[in-house]
Amino acid sequence: MKKLINRQAGPVGRWALGLLPFVILAVLYLVASDARLDANPNDKLLPSLSSFSDAIERMAFEPSKRSGEYTLLVDTLASLQRLGIGVAISALIGLVVGIATGSLPLFRAGISPLVTGMSLVPPLAILPILFIIFGLGELAKVMLIIIGITPFLIRDLQQRAEEIPTEQIIKMQTLGANTWQIITRLVWPQIMPRLLSSVRLSLGSAWLFLIAAEAIAATEGLGYRIFLVRRYLAMDVILPYVAWITFLAFAIDFALKRYSQWRYPWFHGAQ
Amino acid sequence: MAAIEIKNLWKEYGQDVVLERLNASVEEGEFVTVVGASGCGKTTFLKMMLGTESPTRGQLLLDGKPIPDEPDETRGIVFQRYSVLPHLTAVENVMLAGELESSRWLGRVFGGKRRALREQAEEMLASVGLDHALGKYPHELSGGMQQRLALAQALIKKPRILLLDEPFGALDPGIRRDMHELVLDLWRKQDLTVFMITHDLAEGFFLGTRMWVFDKERLDPQTPGSYGARITYDLPVGNSDKGTLQSITQSVDSTARVLGA
Ligand SMILES: Nc1ncnc2c1ncn2[C@@H]1O[C@H](COP(=O)(O)OP(=O)(O)OP(=O)(O)O)[C@@H](O)[C@H]1O
Ligand SMILES: [Mg+2]
Repeated sequence: MKKLINRQAGPVGRWALGLLPFVILAVLYLVASDARLDANPNDKLLPSLSSFSDAIERMAFEPSKRSGEYTLLVDTLASLQRLGIGVAISALIGLVVGIATGSLPLFRAGISPLVTGMSLVPPLAILPILFIIFGLGELAKVMLIIIGITPFLIRDLQQRAEEIPTEQIIKMQTLGANTWQIITRLVWPQIMPRLLSSVRLSLGSAWLFLIAAEAIAATEGLGYRIFLVRRYLAMDVILPYVAWITFLAFAIDFALKRYSQWRYPWFHGAQ
Repeated sequence: MAAIEIKNLWKEYGQDVVLERLNASVEEGEFVTVVGASGCGKTTFLKMMLGTESPTRGQLLLDGKPIPDEPDETRGIVFQRYSVLPHLTAVENVMLAGELESSRWLGRVFGGKRRALREQAEEMLASVGLDHALGKYPHELSGGMQQRLALAQALIKKPRILLLDEPFGALDPGIRRDMHELVLDLWRKQDLTVFMITHDLAEGFFLGTRMWVFDKERLDPQTPGSYGARITYDLPVGNSDKGTLQSITQSVDSTARVLGA
């Protein structure tokens, strides 16, 4: 028999091994939930499957009695819009500043210390300031995401721009390129796939800041809903919402990865 | 007047003397092969020609004026690696120089102009034997094909001076010989001045018009940095005998041992 370190799972085995922990967790949950509901039918901590499906039915597929809208849909759209705007603006700032500081030494000397300093400020600590300056509206929530992830994106992209081999920058000059052309034809196209992977890395923090901002001041949104129903210990709503957020995060990550592989084959082929 | 004049050229990094008292002049259209022990300063010399390093003493003149201290289109280069742009296909890599020239802002051209550039690029790629790989990205090409692509990319710009830093060092000897044929062929057609560094002494003996050996005349085994390398042999290619090759080989080998220790 081969050493353990050399043994690989086959295609079927890999799926089975991957699913196994999920199945175990689900079974454990059902057993624990049954036991608690047996002892106290009104227990709220570990709801049964039927109360989950009731809650999902109510939140996702029936118009809300108060507003006539589908709650889950409204929450999802509101959150995705904030996340999308926040991440898009951060990516744009990260791209522009990262390319400038990564490829132009004079910019780097001027801007890098500021960015480094800003990246050390804990974003949640200045959330109150944001609410004071921008009010409780959409802007403050988007700003929190931007402030939270932009310094990381700038620094990551600056590093990626600096990693472009000097040989290629020299090569461009021997082909007659000026500084602007070196940026538009060499640095920018090579940074784009790296931007996508930095954005994928920063999405976790972006969700964190979004949910934190929504928990404090919002009238709809996935984070708002979770913190709202927490008051009634409504685990039957909270857990499906968490699962839904997880699924959204996974789907966005997967889509970005696939897009990058399709759009930048040279980047993924050379790795 | 010679195109390139080297007058009492020194290059030092702090205490370490890399090159000292280089003197030579090179005519337009010469093909100079540079050989020497590893670490004796061949690349450093090429970098001064390119303008990314500057001499610490002496002068390096192009047409009587100091050579520009940043890379530009008069001097093309092929490095040992990373010479082609990984995000462009073979034909795009070769079209790049033309695009950069016709569009100062966008660096891209469209329509009829683009078709013309593409045709030229395809012709150039055919002359280096890459006509079957037009749409491939560099990572899909072998090492030899990548270097041929780099040659095509550099030559389509028609530089006055072509600098080659062991461009074929990583290739099999057989392929390397083919590549040398290719370089010589392109050089004859395009009327350039070529400086080519190679590791293989015997190779330098049969390539181009002139061979320079970089070597340390004085060698201090304790502190090899205290004296720099000079051009110890400046030979016309084609009429040197076996004895010379042997004595050069011995001298370069002993320098290599000290520098490598
Ligand atoms: N930026 C630098 N700072 C300090 N020393 C340097 C620098 N660049 C090169 N050197 C030194 O200069 C010497 C010559 O280096 P160079 O790269 O020119 O050698 P080479 O002849 O091209 O060697 P090889 O055949 O291995 O490529 C080496 O001892 C190296 O350590
Ligand atoms: Mg070298």
